[in-house]
Amino acid sequence: MSTQKLRKERIDRGIKVRSDGLYALMSLRELSYLTLPRFVLIAGMLSLPFLMPDMYWQRVISIVCIYAILALSFDFLAHYVGLVSLGGAFFIGTGGYVAGILNSYYGIPPVLTVPLAAIIGGAICTLMLLPCLPLKGVYFAIVTLMYPLFMARIIEAFDLFGGTDGLAGIDSFSSAFAEQYLVICTVLIFLFGLRRFVTTDMGLIFTAVMDNDQAVKASGINITKYKALAVFIASSAGCMAGACLTHIYMWSGISQFALDFSILPIAATVIGGAGTLAGPVLGCLILVPVSELLRDFGTLRIVFYASVLVGFILFRSDGIMVFMQRKYEQFERWTKI
Amino acid sequence: MNQDMAEPILQMDKTSKSFGGVQALRDVSFDVFPGDVLGIIGPNGSGKTTIVNCITGFVKPTSGRVYFKGEDITGRQPHKVADLGVTRTFQIMRPYYSLPAYKNLVIPLFSPRAKRTGGWRGGGRLGNRQTIAIDILEEIGFERDSYIPFKKTSTLPTGYLKRLELARCLALKPEIIICDEVFSGLSMSEIASMVPLIQRLQDEGITIVMIEHRLRELFQVANRVMVLNFGQKLTEGTPTEVMADEKVKEAYFGSEEVEEVMIYA
Repeated sequence: MSTQKLRKERIDRGIKVRSDGLYALMSLRELSYLTLPRFVLIAGMLSLPFLMPDMYWQRVISIVCIYAILALSFDFLAHYVGLVSLGGAFFIGTGGYVAGILNSYYGIPPVLTVPLAAIIGGAICTLMLLPCLPLKGVYFAIVTLMYPLFMARIIEAFDLFGGTDGLAGIDSFSSAFAEQYLVICTVLIFLFGLRRFVTTDMGLIFTAVMDNDQAVKASGINITKYKALAVFIASSAGCMAGACLTHIYMWSGISQFALDFSILPIAATVIGGAGTLAGPVLGCLILVPVSELLRDFGTLRIVFYASVLVGFILFRSDGIMVFMQRKYEQFERWTKI
Repeated sequence: MNQDMAEPILQMDKTSKSFGGVQALRDVSFDVFPGDVLGIIGPNGSGKTTIVNCITGFVKPTSGRVYFKGEDITGRQPHKVADLGVTRTFQIMRPYYSLPAYKNLVIPLFSPRAKRTGGWRGGGRLGNRQTIAIDILEEIGFERDSYIPFKKTSTLPTGYLKRLELARCLALKPEIIICDEVFSGLSMSEIASMVPLIQRLQDEGITIVMIEHRLRELFQVANRVMVLNFGQKLTEGTPTEVMADEKVKEAYFGSEEVEEVMIYA
């Protein structure tokens, strides 16, 4: 036989077993297996403002985080509740306008408008999405895609809140550092909060609704209530991101309902790893800066951008996070067979 | 059992259901008494599963009423019916495939009914739901101290999935369990171990309605049997009465007159 047959052998490093639950407390080594990857992410995110002192890139960091929050909310809804939502732009726009209105009409400072926008915006989004909750999969996706377009047209047609000009002269955050740390901490809180939440008993109900809503109904649980709760969690995250965006640009307008906010988080989820929650954040950390770097190419930018995406889908369809996790937990070598 | 004394726990009163032009149920009435094991049999397409769906609220009857303990529950939403303790299993098992078996039971244990009643074996109050889930699985025939309750549901064999369906009902501390073909798709030995389980549930005072094709095993547990044909109630009685009924034989095996007609035609 002339052809040499090789097989990739995967050997478990035992990290998962040794750092699972109580076992992680056995020694510092086990503890570090568990905490080190998380620490790298947290420390990396928190040190970003120092690593990039340039004004331009500092703004990029904020935009990365805003997309990361949206991607988290998409991943949570799509892979833990089973609602594929294209409403990222709807969340951003609603949150942005709520923050803008609160600030410019009522003079509420950004410290309060951001949490208020999260709650009020989340409630508005949930109420408006309530009629679509019985829909599943792609049907829910289509309807949620309609919402941002609908909102933008309504504001345009009735000339609400400044119409096409939007609301200008909104207060910015007190400093660039405050702005960046607010968005970075929000991402981290949502990331670890959601990761913890989906494993609780209530989080299991969301997974159950995704798997089989009929069985959840037969268990005496009102699925509409839980779907609404999930949409509220996801949309208030999105609205919070939208409020931050308004204060960063000191302006809120109908371009906040742009479909970029719906589409890019999905792309980030695909390349980061669907259903991992940390993956979408990584995806945004890659995609948004790449998109900025490609600005030099002018109109060809979208071609390169699409090539990056297609490459990821073809060669790493399970996502970076899943790939990295596998590399961390197993080592691979080629063996002859 | 003691039909003369007791009030019916579940009552179906002249219920009809049509899907478009298909009349799935036609004026079906029956009573279930506390402690009963009522078997519902009938050929394929005779409307057995539609009865279950009408009672548990998964479809709304076109006409007629359904009463639970004298309370009208016609057309109530499924989760509200389940909240009353009227639980069902699905003919095609519906576990949560991405969860391990014991976490499947956390969902019913999280329901308002389980929180109120404590769930089966909860003794009136709920502790750690995952521990109670494993207790229930053990009672229903999952081996304790084995890895089976911790396995992903998608890797479990049919027998365990059917038991899991029953366990989901039990976790709600049910008044009635409506079993939609729990024996179908099981091997003979799996059925043999399922029969004592049903009898044990009956001993605990749970009323059971069983829709079944496996008549031999059904007649071991049922004290009354109702026969459906083309959406209509054919007859009702004890297993021996039903077995002797000419109309039932006709429905199952076809009538001789019809054959004769066909020969002459």
